[in-house]
Amino acid sequence: MPVDVIMPQMGESIFEGTITKWLKKPGEHVERDEPLFEISTDKVDAEIPAPAAGVLKEIKVNEGQTVPIQTIVAVIDAEGGAASAPAPAKPSAAAQPAPPAAAAPTPAPVEAPLHFEPPARAAAPPPAPVPPVPAPTAAAPAPPAARTDGEKVRSSPLVRRMAREHGMDLAQVPGTGAGGRVSKRDMLAAIEHGLPAAAPTAAAPASAPSISSTASPAAAQVPPPASGTLYRPALELGVPRERIYFGRYEVQPMSTMRQKIAEHMLASKHVSPHVYSVEEADVSGIVALRNKIKSEFERKYDIKLSYMPFFVRAAIEGLRAFPTMNASLDGTNVVYHKEFNIGMAVALDWGLLVPVIKNAEEKNFLGLQRAINDLADRARTKKLKPEEVAESTFAITNPGVFGGLMGLPVINQPNVGILGLGAVQKRPVVVDDAIAIRSMVYLTLSYDHRVVDGAIAHQFLHKVKSVLEDWTENIL
Amino acid sequence: MALVTLLEAIRQALFEEMQRDPAVVCIGEDIGVYGGAFKVTAGLLERFGWERVIDTPISETAIIGAACGMSYLGLRPVCELQFVDFIACCFNQLTNFVAKSYYLWGAPVPMVVRAPSGGGVHGGPFHSQNPEMYFAHTPGLKIVYPSTAYDAKGLMKSAIRDNNPVLFFEHKFLYRRIKDEIPAGDYTVPLGKAALRREGRDVSIVTYAAMTHNCMDAAAELAKEGIEAEVLDLRTIMPLDKEAILASVKKTNRLLVVHEDTKFGGIAGEIAAVVFEEAFDDLDAPVRRVTALDTPVPYSPPLEERFLPQVEDVVRAARELARY
Repeated sequence: MPVDVIMPQMGESIFEGTITKWLKKPGEHVERDEPLFEISTDKVDAEIPAPAAGVLKEIKVNEGQTVPIQTIVAVIDAEGGAASAPAPAKPSAAAQPAPPAAAAPTPAPVEAPLHFEPPARAAAPPPAPVPPVPAPTAAAPAPPAARTDGEKVRSSPLVRRMAREHGMDLAQVPGTGAGGRVSKRDMLAAIEHGLPAAAPTAAAPASAPSISSTASPAAAQVPPPASGTLYRPALELGVPRERIYFGRYEVQPMSTMRQKIAEHMLASKHVSPHVYSVEEADVSGIVALRNKIKSEFERKYDIKLSYMPFFVRAAIEGLRAFPTMNASLDGTNVVYHKEFNIGMAVALDWGLLVPVIKNAEEKNFLGLQRAINDLADRARTKKLKPEEVAESTFAITNPGVFGGLMGLPVINQPNVGILGLGAVQKRPVVVDDAIAIRSMVYLTLSYDHRVVDGAIAHQFLHKVKSVLEDWTENIL
Repeated sequence: MALVTLLEAIRQALFEEMQRDPAVVCIGEDIGVYGGAFKVTAGLLERFGWERVIDTPISETAIIGAACGMSYLGLRPVCELQFVDFIACCFNQLTNFVAKSYYLWGAPVPMVVRAPSGGGVHGGPFHSQNPEMYFAHTPGLKIVYPSTAYDAKGLMKSAIRDNNPVLFFEHKFLYRRIKDEIPAGDYTVPLGKAALRREGRDVSIVTYAAMTHNCMDAAAELAKEGIEAEVLDLRTIMPLDKEAILASVKKTNRLLVVHEDTKFGGIAGEIAAVVFEEAFDDLDAPVRRVTALDTPVPYSPPLEERFLPQVEDVVRAARELARY
């Protein structure tokens, strides 16, 4: 029995997603909830699990293509169905309840939708054991398909009128407008050329090919703009294109995440007048403390002890003392956040994410360490939910992990400040008129001068420094 | 034919109409000896004398009240407000008396209220506004807002000859920047008729006044990308040329309305409603608006630039519509 695989909605305001990778090939067997493909949306990258076990029959949307949510991206020939029978063309799985599993005591048909679980949510840990009634979820019906009836096809009043006048079925017309919408252009093409037998859902090429230059200096031709990528007006600004291409080069399309980062960074620099302050803290005490109790901490809690929770705690104390740093700007209103949600920059091989430790002020030291490790791990394994990268009130970034002495970060909007941590490094410093060797770290703060003045910023940094230098919290 | 500025075109219209019809008189602050804040009326006093070119005290209320009275006695007064922003002072007279006079008492008020308007000249919140919609909302008033020198002259003549009260907005940014070849001799441009400034098949841009020029620049940019935008210059806000708007929408199926007025309650919303009511089945995309921000006009030049719709804003919106 064929089961449609759809592009899930990965967050409230998300309307489309890009398939970045298929993890299975047509003909391969897939288990229910086994990762089937990777997507990239406005908010996160994620692995999408298969909605049913069976054989991946057909991939309808290729890697690199962006499609609206609820678009059918693949079909799985689910186990238990008549695998050899040709798939019924029209009535969608969603329109009817899935056939009950062999042992199922005839569930009322209306119940079927109740068992429907959107694949988006299935990205979370596997569903809890289902209550008494053996649910017919093995072949859970996919949500309403985009193109199984005319109502679901995105079009326009004009397109619907044209369809009426020409007696055409809109579901059969391939849409090339925004989000696969059927536009006037598509209708004119369909009227002129007749309807194609099997309509592709989007016109974008399978994947944007990379372009390489020849070594010839004469190749001064500017290549055509990248195709198949998302449309990002903010990124259109830049130097004249002809100044970019010369000599030998290779062109690679940006990933969706890369485009998003570029867009966000550009917007942040555009909207926030950044000012930078630098402070240094003597963390010899913390280094000694960590060295002393690190193994006990690990034994007791089964988790590694890092420096990060110390800095997060220090930042929270700083934010408590200077609420102006824990704010956002809305026009002429300053929004003072009452929670302390600390965004934490996590470097990935393929980009950067800022997962958020929600209500960090309510966590004890162990809780902070757990949250930090959990978010970082799941960022690296693409298991974050959209809400876990949203609603930060302040952010911390750590160029020190790569040995950077200090960095001047770009503010993570809509925050008004971001704390940069340099590498912890032994340095000669003057202590009581003597030169001593101490473990030092540079703390940098980028802040939005529309909201935060230097006086507040430096006092905030000083507070962070003093919490680090005079550490009192019991961490075991 | 000579190249004439928009400002000079209006002066020509006033001069020729005063010459043609002795009932036409001008009244306003400093329009006589000084020649007007922007020098539109320079030379009229010398030619027509103080009885027909009347300097008033600094009271917009006095100007409109006097002109209304003159109208009742058979004259055709042309009032000048130094800046249209101060038209708020005579709101009651214009909306309650001038606009309703003929309806209530059968007494026509064939007056014209001329007023420099619009932004882009760093005039700040009291000298840059576009208050046309306060008056478009009041039945009984006609509202003209030209974008070219040729139209300014022809529309001014039509306004003076019209038996209804006409508010004539003169965009001060265009006063000396826009020059047209103007034919010698008498001609008029009818009220209530839009002008098709550029033909296109992909998206209709409906606009008026200074934004017409931004939209023309935008259309030229769009053409480089292969998007053919049609640009319709309304010229008259009231009566609105629905026929021309609907014809263009039926052709391109996509509508962008651009104006320098603020967004909320601007004519763009009204035009969108007309199109939804009368051409819904012709729309292939939602109607979009590019307008000034819903704030007072900022004083600071960079802020004002952000406040006013720019060519690139129009290009972006039209491009998105064309790709919708």
